[in-house]
Amino acid sequence: MSSTVLFTIAMLGILGFLAAVILYFVAQKFRVVEDPRIDLVNEALPGANCGGCGYTGCRAFAETLVKSTSFDGLNCPVGGADTMGKVALILDRQPVAVEPRVAVLRCNGTPANAARTSYYDGAVSCRVAHSLYGGTTGCHYGCLGCGDCVDACKFDAMYMDPVTELPVIIDDKCVACGACVKACPRNIIELRKRNKKDRKIYVSCVNKDKGGPARKACKVACIGCGKCVKVCPYEAITMENNLAFIDSYKCKLCRKCVAECPTGAILEIGFPVREERPAQPAEAATN
Amino acid sequence: MFKTFPKGGIHPPENKLTADKPIVVLPVPPQVTVPVSQHIGAPAVPVVEKGTEVKAGQIIAEAKGFVSANIHSPVSGKVNKIDTFVDTTGYKQTAVLIDVQGDEWVETVDRSTTLVKEITMTREQIIERCKECGLVGLGGATFPTHIKMTVPSGKKCDLVIINGVECEPYLTSDHRLMLERGAEVLTGAAIIMKALGVERVIVGIEANKPDAIKHLTDLAAGFQGITIQPLKVKYPQGGEKQLIKACTGREVPSGGLPLDVGVVVQNVGTAYAVYEAVQKNKPLVERVVTVTGKKVKEPGNFQVRIGTPVTSLIEAAGGMPDDTGKVVNGGPMMGKALAMTDVPVTKGTSGIILFPSEESRRAVVQPCIRCGKCSSACAMGLEPWLISVLSEKAMFEKAEEEKITDCMECGACAYTCPAKRPLLDYIRLGKSTVIRMARERITK
Repeated sequence: MSSTVLFTIAMLGILGFLAAVILYFVAQKFRVVEDPRIDLVNEALPGANCGGCGYTGCRAFAETLVKSTSFDGLNCPVGGADTMGKVALILDRQPVAVEPRVAVLRCNGTPANAARTSYYDGAVSCRVAHSLYGGTTGCHYGCLGCGDCVDACKFDAMYMDPVTELPVIIDDKCVACGACVKACPRNIIELRKRNKKDRKIYVSCVNKDKGGPARKACKVACIGCGKCVKVCPYEAITMENNLAFIDSYKCKLCRKCVAECPTGAILEIGFPVREERPAQPAEAATN
Repeated sequence: MFKTFPKGGIHPPENKLTADKPIVVLPVPPQVTVPVSQHIGAPAVPVVEKGTEVKAGQIIAEAKGFVSANIHSPVSGKVNKIDTFVDTTGYKQTAVLIDVQGDEWVETVDRSTTLVKEITMTREQIIERCKECGLVGLGGATFPTHIKMTVPSGKKCDLVIINGVECEPYLTSDHRLMLERGAEVLTGAAIIMKALGVERVIVGIEANKPDAIKHLTDLAAGFQGITIQPLKVKYPQGGEKQLIKACTGREVPSGGLPLDVGVVVQNVGTAYAVYEAVQKNKPLVERVVTVTGKKVKEPGNFQVRIGTPVTSLIEAAGGMPDDTGKVVNGGPMMGKALAMTDVPVTKGTSGIILFPSEESRRAVVQPCIRCGKCSSACAMGLEPWLISVLSEKAMFEKAEEEKITDCMECGACAYTCPAKRPLLDYIRLGKSTVIRMARERITK
């Protein structure tokens, strides 16, 4: 009885030792040398794996960061300056200040502004609706309202407003990862420079039709009149395909264009109420 | 003996309300809108401009590129403008708007109704004529006919199948065409046979059209090599691959074309158009459209000019019933709901169906329970539940491995789904994405 137990222990011991020796040599032979900083950087990153940096996940981004020689074009939009500062410390480099950005919805096609011409009954997905037809309004560029962007947001920074039928971006929670920008089949959402107090001036329209049809489809469409381009003292506004675009990096938030716009397509958000001319109503919804 | 395809298939209620309604030729509308893209492939390029006087049958847009088709003026009059319009596909595209004045045709078009049976043209001439006349497949896919009739080197064609199945519920335009223009359809089939250099034509017709089967069988006695094949009623028998399997037992390989098994399939409507183009030199400017629906006052089959607004078709059928919930362009299975009725009839418009609101809305979507009904219904042997979820979750590489591109979008899966899942919506999305990905791979 006892000899069986002893024999078993001895055999297992010898086997274990042999396996250990083999494993030791195998480990020596096939050792992968990895930069220890990758782990450190990976820990410093938020770990959301949102892909906002342009890489498949935080680990892939950490590897890229360690391999890179400068921070040019590399930024974690989620962690922002804090995280990049920590990464810079680990990698012993100077951090590069990247201006924070925020997602902005460039459509104001609420049922009040853009009359509904049809009822969409298909799968609840903007991608599907977009592949089928122009949409429930006369505007073939605007928001379809199925909420693909909301589904894509990993930071709980968006929700669908049942009244306006448009998604709402919560500025405080938005980290500008760009997931919603990619999810939107109509390229309505844009990442713009985040200004002080979350102030914004932007053209809330992506309709590239000529003035007449655009206005017919939606009361607050950009009709491409070009008044804003003329009035802008900083050359921040460009006009392409009957659609004005305000460069958020050139814009100095003077608000001259807002007063000039005949359809109210340019929104100003986060500003105090004007003395001489009250701000356009019904904008808070698209905030 | 009724034949059919072995795998999958469903039996939706037929509702062929207009089967005994003769084709009515509608008057020319005061204005037509002719889109320059009414076919698969590159849009045609307009060759007229604002103010140009055109005659019916005159070319107004020329084919551009290999896969493309000419567009002819369906009416005589003056070009009002060339602008973008929303067409039946729901997208904006360029169209030529013509104000109608009188009804004057180009002199070369023979508008008499006498049957010309003798085929004097050579193979090359026939194909060239089909190309000139802007012929496309009228079954719905609108693939340019002249390309289908040109057998590429290395391939061999030994059989032509004429598709008279019309398996879509409600639609009867092909049925009426076979009954009323049967001799022309069969002559067209003989022309296609000559163009492809084959000896044999099979006309496949489903058993729910016994009058058409009898009529064509009688007529076929006067033609060399044409046989009529009655088929069991089953959807989607009108699909090329299903029809070939049903008629011959040959199976088109995955990703392949009917030519891979030596077959070319043409719709009866196309055969009729081929007859008109070759024997009468008449371009494709008219087609038969079924306008129907359970509450429509006077449903019927109408022969209309391309570019006629759908609204005037609905007027012709007694106006839109009050509680219409959905207007579908095409059959109820594969057709597409129209976002607006102010769109023109194109070469691919086979029917306009007006559904009452209680029949039109989709039911509430419930979770998939993996019952496998969709897999049993799929005539292509796919797993619709799987490829639809893969498309929904944007796993397109995986969907490609599951042969999503073999799907012909017949909708049998979504029809049979007890959870009412929008299977086809997602499959369509995935299919188009996978095709685009594959194309990008080739160009890279």
